[in-house]
Amino acid sequence: MNNIEKKLLEKIADLHSIPSGAFNLRKNGQAVERQSTKDIDIVPKKNKSGIDIIVHPNVKNKSIHIPVIITVGGLNDLVYNDFYIGENCDVVIVAGCGIHNKTCNTSSHNGIHSFHIGKNSKVKYIERHIGEGEGSGGKILNPVTRIYQKENSVMELETSQLSGVTLSLRKTYAKLEDKAKLIIHENILTTENQTAKTQFKVDLIGEHSSVEVVSHSVAKDNSYQEFKSDLIGKNECFGHVECDGILLDKARIISIPKIDAIDNNASLVHEAAIGKIAGDELIKLMTLGLTQKEAEDYIIQGFLVN
Amino acid sequence: MLEIKKLSYSVKENNDILKDINLKFEDEKIYVITGPNGSGKSTLVKIIMGILKQTSGEIFFDNEDLTALTIDERARKGISYAFQQPVTFKGIKVRELLDLASGEKNKLNNHCDFLSTVGLCAKDYLDRPIDDKLSGGELKRIELAMAIARNAKLNIFDEPEAGIDLWSFDNLIKIFSSLKNATNIIVSHQKKILEIADEIILLKNGEILAQGKLNDIAPMLENDKCGRLRGENE
Repeated sequence: MNNIEKKLLEKIADLHSIPSGAFNLRKNGQAVERQSTKDIDIVPKKNKSGIDIIVHPNVKNKSIHIPVIITVGGLNDLVYNDFYIGENCDVVIVAGCGIHNKTCNTSSHNGIHSFHIGKNSKVKYIERHIGEGEGSGGKILNPVTRIYQKENSVMELETSQLSGVTLSLRKTYAKLEDKAKLIIHENILTTENQTAKTQFKVDLIGEHSSVEVVSHSVAKDNSYQEFKSDLIGKNECFGHVECDGILLDKARIISIPKIDAIDNNASLVHEAAIGKIAGDELIKLMTLGLTQKEAEDYIIQGFLVN
Repeated sequence: MLEIKKLSYSVKENNDILKDINLKFEDEKIYVITGPNGSGKSTLVKIIMGILKQTSGEIFFDNEDLTALTIDERARKGISYAFQQPVTFKGIKVRELLDLASGEKNKLNNHCDFLSTVGLCAKDYLDRPIDDKLSGGELKRIELAMAIARNAKLNIFDEPEAGIDLWSFDNLIKIFSSLKNATNIIVSHQKKILEIADEIILLKNGEILAQGKLNDIAPMLENDKCGRLRGENE
């Protein structure tokens, strides 16, 4: 691996070297290295590009890394990754994609992920997306995540796109059975003429199932972001969507909520607030000695990282 | 020392929010600015911090003219400001603002010192975001903890007693006593706070009506009804 590749890996997966647990490293449209463990099988798909990740029942405190890096221009990568998490598991999955494109040809990665989470299992899924490279070619990321949660399972999805991606469409669908809980934290920063769109749809079919979506967006320059959410309560359930956006320069953020309590015991809430950084926040930090620019950066950093 | 010379402030709708204010604040003393609502108390301290800009007049801090300095430049000169209504953020934690306030990454025992002085346990609060999930009283105490962490030459407190919840005023008084090495300017109506002042400045309709000790000022407050002196239970 060269330095650019190493740095990309570090940024998207905190990896400084090959991880000790189960992993699959994909580079420029090809799987380059893979490792299963006694608890976790990573199996390449036979009929299409991608892998099946099978976590045996009762596996706890294990991690799985499946980073993707693209360092060439003109590549359109499509991959299907399916996770089958057994019952009573507790695992962390670190994914994400970094594109370093120094050419004038657009590269894109389309990662289609599905999660089948067994009863009483807990999954933390961390997905980071970045684009870099001085080439004029686009860096496009279109992740699709489908989540199917069995009874009493918990899925925590942390997704971030903090720089350099010229265009993204992030689609997430989830179906929650009884007492299943889904927590989504999304942090997105767009600059220049970038566009980032997010679409969430969650079917709360189980009794006492719950979903919590917190989306923090910062749009600078002429960038554009769109957030669509669609919660459907088909049982006694709870859903909360919070979309907060900070606008700078001539950027735009649109939030489009839909909540549908089909069962009248469903409790669904959508909150959205979009605007520039509040003046009193800047003033407070300036009274602590930060310049206006430092205060702005500090507020954005806290908003996107914490 | 802070000196205010011929300071006035007006806006389109109101020409006389502050009129020709002349004041001297000496080192290591406690000054309480009091007066009825709308008398210009908060406006005056906001102008000292640079949050508002005076229409005319000058402010000198340690003989340096502050007039052209921004808020952050004044902060770096050693002026601290505790808000009447503490500001909330999304994603910034108590620990981070205390570190910003003190200008260094603090160890746990320092954080404990800052927070225990305002009756909060560092363990419970350091990693909490400064957002609207904290009560008004908690936010106010954290605001005071930041003032302590600042260790500034000049502390400004805008109505520190407002929303201080069940935590007693005696503790608040102790904080001001602990900041003895600094000059403290406190905007307040609270009798116990007025009692610890080296000097009280009574404002009315944007003008200084009187200056002096509580004994001199209190009758004016009660007789004139210009700045109701509030008891502990109010």
